[in-house]
Amino acid sequence: MATVRIPTPLRKLTDGKEEVAASGSTVGEVLVNLEKAYPGIRARICDESGAVRKFVNIFANDEDIRFLQNLDTPLKDSDEVSIVPAIAGGCQPEANR
Amino acid sequence: MSNVSTARGLRCRECHHQYEHGAVHVCELCFGPLELDYDYDRIAGLIDRDKLAARPFTMWRYAELLPLSGPPAVGSLVGGTPLVRAARLAERLGLDEVWVKNDAVCYPSLSFKDRVVSVAISKAIELGFDHVACASTGNLANSVAANAAQLGIKATILVPRSLEPVKILATQVYGARVIAIEGTYDDVNRLCAEAADRHGWGFVNVNLRPYYSEGSKTYAFEIADQLGWRTPDHVIAPMAGGSLVTKIGKAWAELTKIGILPPRAQATRIHGAQAAGCAPISDAVIAGRELIIPVKEPKGIARSLAIGNPADGFYAVKTITSSGGSGASVSDPEIIAGMRLLAETEGIFTETAGGVTVAAAQRLVQSGAIRRGESVVLCITGQGLKTTDPLVGDLPKPPVISPKLSELTALAND
Repeated sequence: MATVRIPTPLRKLTDGKEEVAASGSTVGEVLVNLEKAYPGIRARICDESGAVRKFVNIFANDEDIRFLQNLDTPLKDSDEVSIVPAIAGGCQPEANR
Repeated sequence: MSNVSTARGLRCRECHHQYEHGAVHVCELCFGPLELDYDYDRIAGLIDRDKLAARPFTMWRYAELLPLSGPPAVGSLVGGTPLVRAARLAERLGLDEVWVKNDAVCYPSLSFKDRVVSVAISKAIELGFDHVACASTGNLANSVAANAAQLGIKATILVPRSLEPVKILATQVYGARVIAIEGTYDDVNRLCAEAADRHGWGFVNVNLRPYYSEGSKTYAFEIADQLGWRTPDHVIAPMAGGSLVTKIGKAWAELTKIGILPPRAQATRIHGAQAAGCAPISDAVIAGRELIIPVKEPKGIARSLAIGNPADGFYAVKTITSSGGSGASVSDPEIIAGMRLLAETEGIFTETAGGVTVAAAQRLVQSGAIRRGESVVLCITGQGLKTTDPLVGDLPKPPVISPKLSELTALAND
């Protein structure tokens, strides 16, 4: 099973755990199995189409999966997956708010 | 100055979910970035041009548009930097009206990062932190260390190992703990994102980021103020994480919203400049893409801009394109030429990032994006003395002579 590091905003769903184990031969499969153990977590990480949300970065063994094969990135049992929120600031106020 | 918080709390930029003030930067529902939720109607009633003009010229002149609950714990003298009418540079660029907003002389650490840091650390104190930290490409490190030293609180600074030695020394000298990371800035940034909530530290550009980035607005407030409450036809800013361009847009939109600037102020075209060795944002603008393609291994001399996965890249592209602005990705030789041009025409020595801005101005004039008769503000955000390495070899070695009048006379007539 791969080890998955959970960011603070998602720990309410993992009973406060910083790290959890999940099986799967790709990053995508690990997310599906994570959802079985912690219902609701996948929808936070992926949008309706199943793609990783714009403000989420996923790393497989410290490498951004966008530089690998995205959700198809293969994983071994000893691998580590990190889910890390992107760090962005706000923008200009919308016109009529 | 009215000693009241005009920021009601934080709000998700994407889904608008509300949060109370705190060291939190990500929406727990959608991972969107959190931003300040200001009461603009109230701010409009608190300040006007006359009230602002009566205050000292520092970044705190605009305190109602900043997210503190009281006077700043640190940095009360930050900002108020010169806006220089650059006539000789304008001539060389083939333009009529060029201004340089010179944060190479920002107090105390000689870059515009003093603006964001004074807000972030002052907020950290309000929130009860006694230890601050950051991920940095150099200028932020210097500023966090200097401002923490002034307050007597602990600072831990994480930098990429490849950083210029002078930027590391100019951080350690303040007594800060510097940890060099084997990897790029993006590796450092990820480590900080994962560590942020673990040690009870206020990471100025991670968990305090909503507050931190608000400080950038003061750079643009000052430009409009110094131009007599107008904004230029064009502004060109260097981009690393992409925050500054978005905050320039936000600052002027806010001044318009509260009635201090006329509506046309938002017609300024905002251009973003990057070095070709790491240009994920400007390349996206040039290609007409909304999507940022991260750069895995940034290259080149502009190390303060070497962020391959820019945090605010998505919003920076939106700000630039919606203003009608452009991107420019300039080469290392152009950057050095830009640094020298600014120094030789205006007596302002800027770091490589400033060379990027000047080189971008040349590109944008050549491409016709900026034309004679239009006004331009160049954002110079850092000091040249911090990045002298790239100039070594580009400038001649001085001739050495004996202390003899005849030898000097021979040279003087050259």
